[in-house]
Amino acid sequence: MNRYTLQSAATVPSTMSTRSLAGAYLHEIRAECLRYLRSPGFLLPTLLFPAAFYLMFAVMLGKGQPADAARFLLGSYVTFGVMAPGLFGFGMSLALERDNGLLTLKRALPMPPLAYLLGKMVMAMMMALAIVSVLQLLAVGVAGVHLSAWQSLRLMAVATFGTLPFCALGLLLGTLVKGNGAPAVINLIYLPMAVLSGLWFPLKVLPPVLRDMAVAWPSYHLNALAQTALDFPAGAAWPHVTWLVVFTLVVTALAAWRLRRHG
Amino acid sequence: MDPNGEVLASLRGVTKRYGAVLALDRVDLDLHAGQVLALLGPNGAGKSTAIGLLLGLLRADAGQASLFGLDPQHLAARRGIGVMLQSAELPDTLSVGELIRLTASYYPAPRSLSETAALAAVEDLLPRRYGRLSGGQQRRVQFALAICGKPRLLFLDEPTVGLDLPVRQQLWATVRALVDDGAAVVLTTHYLEEAERLADRVCVLLRGRIVSDGSVDALRARVVQRSVRCVTSLDVAEVGQWPGVLQATRDNAFLQLRSNHVESVVRRLLAADPALSGLEVQPAGLGEAFTELTNDAAEHPQQEAA
Repeated sequence: MNRYTLQSAATVPSTMSTRSLAGAYLHEIRAECLRYLRSPGFLLPTLLFPAAFYLMFAVMLGKGQPADAARFLLGSYVTFGVMAPGLFGFGMSLALERDNGLLTLKRALPMPPLAYLLGKMVMAMMMALAIVSVLQLLAVGVAGVHLSAWQSLRLMAVATFGTLPFCALGLLLGTLVKGNGAPAVINLIYLPMAVLSGLWFPLKVLPPVLRDMAVAWPSYHLNALAQTALDFPAGAAWPHVTWLVVFTLVVTALAAWRLRRHG
Repeated sequence: MDPNGEVLASLRGVTKRYGAVLALDRVDLDLHAGQVLALLGPNGAGKSTAIGLLLGLLRADAGQASLFGLDPQHLAARRGIGVMLQSAELPDTLSVGELIRLTASYYPAPRSLSETAALAAVEDLLPRRYGRLSGGQQRRVQFALAICGKPRLLFLDEPTVGLDLPVRQQLWATVRALVDDGAAVVLTTHYLEEAERLADRVCVLLRGRIVSDGSVDALRARVVQRSVRCVTSLDVAEVGQWPGVLQATRDNAFLQLRSNHVESVVRRLLAADPALSGLEVQPAGLGEAFTELTNDAAEHPQQEAA
């Protein structure tokens, strides 16, 4: 039996022109950025935590340390900072929107599915750019770090793109937890991962087992790239970049599979 | 085939289970252009599941859901629908105008912002943040989002919960105008009055099956009970014993009866009291029809399982 016989008279709604499709993407990105710019509860902690930590460790406790220390800590706290918009902006909002019906509505509406992800991705990248800018201003203006324009540009690029693996991880976490449990779960991953990657203490103070495990964390590799951008010797960049790209792809694929299966 | 117009969406032999619970059991349903279909049924009857399948939110275990002849998960198919869900929290920090513009951007030929705002009566809310609106205002905004894409098929899930009567009536008028313009509507509601006012067709779901599908009048006609009211001096207890009389009560001068053989009862009433006056015979309301239908099915579950 041809199951579409009866429907043959119904016209399929007209297709979208490339231009109006691009419009849908732009609207989604704009809306996603606007809603977080207007949410101080998300914006302020994400921006102020890394800045406050940097001031505390690099400036107030950093007196008498070698001049390079403040520059090194800049790399660490940029890494620490840009993890948050990915994990929280992506993961927490997905967990909440799966819970409160917004994702269901958006899936029922003809929203291009990638626009939803792209909107959150661009928002996270813009937040990362804001975080790296604030930290650089503090480093140069308050901690007395000398940054060349080239170092600064490279660090900004590392930060902006470096938030993407954490967007992927946030996406996966957002498909695993729902609603108000999300912040706790994400913090349980965010803070230990930062410590175990050597962002807060040098890795050499950690027990050997944990020290050897550091290469497993994406934040370890992002930190290596941030330090490379600031001209600290951290070996070749490509193994770190490769690791982050593979991590991002694998985790995104897992998340996409879960979203398709469970919604 | 129904002569009312082309089929915009359909379920064909659709079965859906959640674990051991059978939510829909081989359901067939066609949605026609220019028709308002009210989907009624008690909680857990399968209404939300049916809607979820038509919207592409759920996958059928067996059978086929289609939207404009396509799989509902196909983006092109969903460009023809507008959706108002029962519980969706929209972003608090966006303004009403921003929300409407965003949603309209998903559609190939949306309405203008001013037209949408006028139809949904949200003109004065456009610059306000969604999170600062009252529940009723938020509901109107959600309605605006449902119609902003100029959809051919509109899904309204409990659209008027929390709205006061004038706003509710205004929304009904807008829905009727959209239908006159060729749109089709699928409505789920707890307010039978809403179904009575809006629906051309009422489909009653019960435990995953469609137990009644037809016009509001057809559904009423399934109920054989009618009520009779008249001024008479006949004794209420005696009339209560007559065959065909289910219940008799007296309200001052009025005698009130419920009957399932109303013609013979009326004939006997007129014969017994030549002075009888003020005779009224009332059909069952949709509410009574609905109650009787769902009670019937609940009393005879073995028929359903057969």
